[in-house]
Amino acid sequence: MSNLNTEMIEKYRNNFLKEVTANVEEGEWVKMCMQCGVCSGSCPFGPHWDHPPQELFMMIRAGKREEVLTSSSMWMCTSCYNCIVRCPRGLPITHIMHGLAHYADRLGMAPKEQPTMKFAHKFWDNIVKNGRVNELKLSLGVYFMNGIAEGIKTSLKMQAVGLGMYKAKRLNPMEFFGGHTVKDKSGMQAIIEKAKEIEEAKIKKFEG
Amino acid sequence: MAKKEYSFYPGCSSQKGASAANYMVSVDAMCEELDVQLNEIPDWNCCAASIGYAGGGELPRLAMSARNLALSEQANPGQDVVATCAACWLATKETQERLHEDDGLMEETNQALSAAGLNVKADQNVRHMVEVLIEDFGYDELGKHVKRPLEGIKIAGYVGCQTNRPFGIDGESYENPKYLDKLVETMGAEPIESYEKKVQCCGGALAFSEQDKSHELIKGIIEAAYDGGADMIVTPCPLCQANVELYQDHINAKYNTKFKMPVVYYSTLMSVAYGKDAKQAGLNGQIIKAKQLEEIAGK
Amino acid sequence: MSDEKKIGTYICKGCGIGDRINTSQMATIAERECKSNVTKEHDFLCSAEGVKMIQDDIDNDGVNHVAIVACSRRAKTEAFNLENVAITRGNIREGVLWVRPDTDEAQETTQEMAEDYTRMAVFEVGAMNIPQTSGQSEGRKNLLVVGGGVSGMTAAVEAAKAGYASTLVEKTGSLGGAAAKAWKRIPEHTPYADPEDTGVAELIAAVEASDKIEVHLNSTITKTSGAPGRFSADITTESGSTTTENFGAIIQTSGYTEYDANQLPHLGYGKSKNVVTQAELDAMALEANGGPIKNADGKEVQSVVFIQCAGQRSEEEGHLPYCSGHCCLTSIKQAMYFKDNNPDIDTTVMFSDLRTPGAGGEDFYRSGQDKGVIFTKGIASEVTDSGGGCTVKFKDLILDEETTADADLVVLATGQVANAGVDIDEVPQDEPGQWEVSVDSILNMDYRQGKDVPQLRHGFNDSHFICFPYETRRTGIYAAGPVRRPMDMLQAKEDATGAALKAIQAAENADLGRAAHPRSGDLSFPSFRKEGCTQCKRCTVECPFGAIDEDEERYPLFNEARCRRCGTCMGACPVRVISFENYSVDTVGNQIKNVEMPDEFDEKPRILVLACENDAYPALDMAAMKGNEYSAFARVIPIRCLGSTNLIWVTDALNSGYDGVVLMGCQKGENYQCHFVKGSEIANVRMSKVDDTLQSLSLEPERVATYEVAITDIERAPQLINDMAETIEKIGMSPFKF
Repeated sequence: MSNLNTEMIEKYRNNFLKEVTANVEEGEWVKMCMQCGVCSGSCPFGPHWDHPPQELFMMIRAGKREEVLTSSSMWMCTSCYNCIVRCPRGLPITHIMHGLAHYADRLGMAPKEQPTMKFAHKFWDNIVKNGRVNELKLSLGVYFMNGIAEGIKTSLKMQAVGLGMYKAKRLNPMEFFGGHTVKDKSGMQAIIEKAKEIEEAKIKKFEG
Repeated sequence: MAKKEYSFYPGCSSQKGASAANYMVSVDAMCEELDVQLNEIPDWNCCAASIGYAGGGELPRLAMSARNLALSEQANPGQDVVATCAACWLATKETQERLHEDDGLMEETNQALSAAGLNVKADQNVRHMVEVLIEDFGYDELGKHVKRPLEGIKIAGYVGCQTNRPFGIDGESYENPKYLDKLVETMGAEPIESYEKKVQCCGGALAFSEQDKSHELIKGIIEAAYDGGADMIVTPCPLCQANVELYQDHINAKYNTKFKMPVVYYSTLMSVAYGKDAKQAGLNGQIIKAKQLEEIAGK
Repeated sequence: MSDEKKIGTYICKGCGIGDRINTSQMATIAERECKSNVTKEHDFLCSAEGVKMIQDDIDNDGVNHVAIVACSRRAKTEAFNLENVAITRGNIREGVLWVRPDTDEAQETTQEMAEDYTRMAVFEVGAMNIPQTSGQSEGRKNLLVVGGGVSGMTAAVEAAKAGYASTLVEKTGSLGGAAAKAWKRIPEHTPYADPEDTGVAELIAAVEASDKIEVHLNSTITKTSGAPGRFSADITTESGSTTTENFGAIIQTSGYTEYDANQLPHLGYGKSKNVVTQAELDAMALEANGGPIKNADGKEVQSVVFIQCAGQRSEEEGHLPYCSGHCCLTSIKQAMYFKDNNPDIDTTVMFSDLRTPGAGGEDFYRSGQDKGVIFTKGIASEVTDSGGGCTVKFKDLILDEETTADADLVVLATGQVANAGVDIDEVPQDEPGQWEVSVDSILNMDYRQGKDVPQLRHGFNDSHFICFPYETRRTGIYAAGPVRRPMDMLQAKEDATGAALKAIQAAENADLGRAAHPRSGDLSFPSFRKEGCTQCKRCTVECPFGAIDEDEERYPLFNEARCRRCGTCMGACPVRVISFENYSVDTVGNQIKNVEMPDEFDEKPRILVLACENDAYPALDMAAMKGNEYSAFARVIPIRCLGSTNLIWVTDALNSGYDGVVLMGCQKGENYQCHFVKGSEIANVRMSKVDDTLQSLSLEPERVATYEVAITDIERAPQLINDMAETIEKIGMSPFKF
């Protein structure tokens, strides 16, 4: 269990709703859900969620901290924003899902083998490093994220796609050795570091 | 019409050798015809897209987009920021709006930006290229430039998610936006107005991490286009284009289908209709060739 | 005014009538066949000039019975609003011109139609008398308001604002009712975010300050008699002293009693002291006076669960089957009692469907959520005492699991039960001479049909929740507030204001001898020929409004101002002695008899259509406006209500050679649309006996058809007539043409 997690459990005791309100992006909206279920019915990955948004909101209110934070559900969000535009209460559901996923990850509670989590991390690392996406490295990274054997299998499967893209000048193998970056890498990284710092300070400071 | 200038945010996928490089090619051709000058934001960075959230918290992600806005304000003051990628547009627009609304957030963001000696005002409008076309030109004006109408081609307008939600194009509905159909019609082709999956998600970034689930969605998108009698699909989003075009062989293998549906950008259609050749229109970037467009472009 | 009838027939040629129909032929018929004394044609009868022509004949020529043969009686009512005469309308425009094609083949039958409608109008008006008021009214305009809660006080205050005096009778020793026992009310103003002061003190102050309101506390009504404009009520105090006062109209605002939670032992009521009802919680909050609320163990409540729909919206024996409407908002309000005092108190509202009606309902719900009230979609199955608190066992409907919640206090949202007095369908009126005061009754009426206002559904005093709010089936007596249907305070105040205006209207109408809704303005009233009456009591029993009492000799006693003029009594009377001046067995009978009956071999059947003037007749008019054609063989007679249909009309029609009879009334039954509540239902029972008549005449049963027709049936109504024409074609002409 991460230190932050223990700290947060200590701080909010059994009031998970309060914890979410304080620490999760757009979390203050969770209490406003009226349980109509339109979000769940609108989600393209709906059938694949263990707990669709409506249920996650109810679980938060019911104090099911462990179950929510270790859930794979919010990692199923494709960011299609369908729930947001349909929610009759105007809840920014997509953002709350991202926020919950991030918070779970930050506390070290996200399911270890969640593929989208791993991909999202690779993506973030990739852009923090160069400032721009290195599509080849990202793709290869994703294919190998489940281990070498799995990676080779996926790579072979994706070979035709890659070849097609290469032929269409939409994939550059040279990217592996560098590729697109921003010029002011250090400046950009400094910005991200600073932003992180501000956020960390806030979560610790907040008195529930 | 006088030359129009915009502060341009191309985004990672538009770069040379990247997955939407052909999009950029056709956008350039289209803009040349419309006398639009795109002033690229110097040293722009990734917007963190919709998948950056695991590693990046709220503020770091906003700060990345804010850096782009700050650079744009410096280099291209007084111009609207224009993005061609749906995700770039969404992330940048969201940042701009939230900074505008929330003084606290603005302060924190500028605190972060100051680490690189930057400052943001977030006072430039952030727009998608489609908005520029519809609002600054209008369908009538866009139609006037047509030299080779795309006669006889039936096209399903696949709007997808992120140009449509949560912001959307002004005056369009979330459930049935019409702007792609209108653009298709303006270019002389025939829109499939009954296209059922026009706002269906393709899986987005999860096409990488949740392939099977995404392929199921993509299959529906292509199937509905065939059901509507479409010759090809047109889209305004690089990720939509890639997801729907690239995985057709996989889907065919898995579901025993025979999909071979070209997926093009609105700018591809417009470049061809505006008389550009196949290369200028980015047609050689098609993995599934859009033969009807190639024929017209070759005339 | 001379007693002699002088009939004037005025035929309009406007709106194309003159182009397609030979009006001079109609005039000749009026003069020669119908003995019209004055007969005139006019190109534009509803013009000022045309109306003046008629008025001149009335003023100078002594015309006192007027047949206007022009358009439907529903058109040009302002223009043809002639006073002090008997008047009818022959419907040539909507009834003939617009439902027939303008073709050469159709010309003959169209002309015949127009001629028949002329005959019908002149013979009808000939059988009429000029309506005059009964003079029964005493012209009282002051109101009796029974019940001194928010509804009653509001009614009295609103009436006073309009200049009308009222007497407010309250059973208990103080004004305010249920609302006076509440700490706060559901908000009535934007932003609908917080509970508001009840406003009861201000309302009581307004009542006490008004010189138009007289208050009787500790008093009940021990007898009500009379009619609008001349009600008499005995007001009896707890100690037994009675005063009798007279009133123009009555408003019943006797409110509700909270459902008896002792019937909910599974929810812990009566078993745990920490299970209370909403009313009890409000009393606790009132006592806490803004401070922390303590439970029965003296502990400051730190967690509270509200169980919605406790014993409500349930088909279980002894439960209320309906939703009481206010309880969701009340629970939100009460959860805020805790949250506003201390945001850390856990408040959970357990609901199956959250209903927050009214303009601010949704906002108040959001405000509750914003304040941190937890809303859990779940159904509580059991509440047990946990020593110092309670445990609620419930099924979470979202997470689909059986689970529990602990709380220092559990609040049951039980519903409202109307204080509606005795159910007259269950408790019949005492026999004359044996009448006694009932302690269970609110109004103790001496009406023949029973002591209280009839109940509509679930024990509420109403006659139609949607179409006629506040109207009861007792003219001049209006129900307002939760006695009419379950509601909150704001709705009760709106209700009371509406009822006050209706009561004032009833008193004013009674003074002028005019009918109330829906035949407002009608001056005619029923009377009966005593010599012919067999004292069968059908009229007193069937009158939907309890307007008819019995005198000492057991003859019917008509109370004019209680009557809505539907004619159900007239339809009921087996010896046909009941009539109105302008509507009687003869006015309709004359129309039926004077239609020209072609002989059997003419291939021109005749279909009698008796159409309710409230829905069916307007539907046919509108069908005509749309140009929906129907058979030229139909002769349509508007009737006040299907309930006024006397079987003799049908028998006479069949006897005199009509080939078919179509009766069109309003929807009956539980979701009735009848403007006279029971009229169409009673008529239906009566018509079930028509088969005997048909059998005795050896006629096919298909020749008589009864339908429910709605005002929107503009395609269907003409089709029903055409269906009958088709039926006749199939079964052949009536053999009774002589």
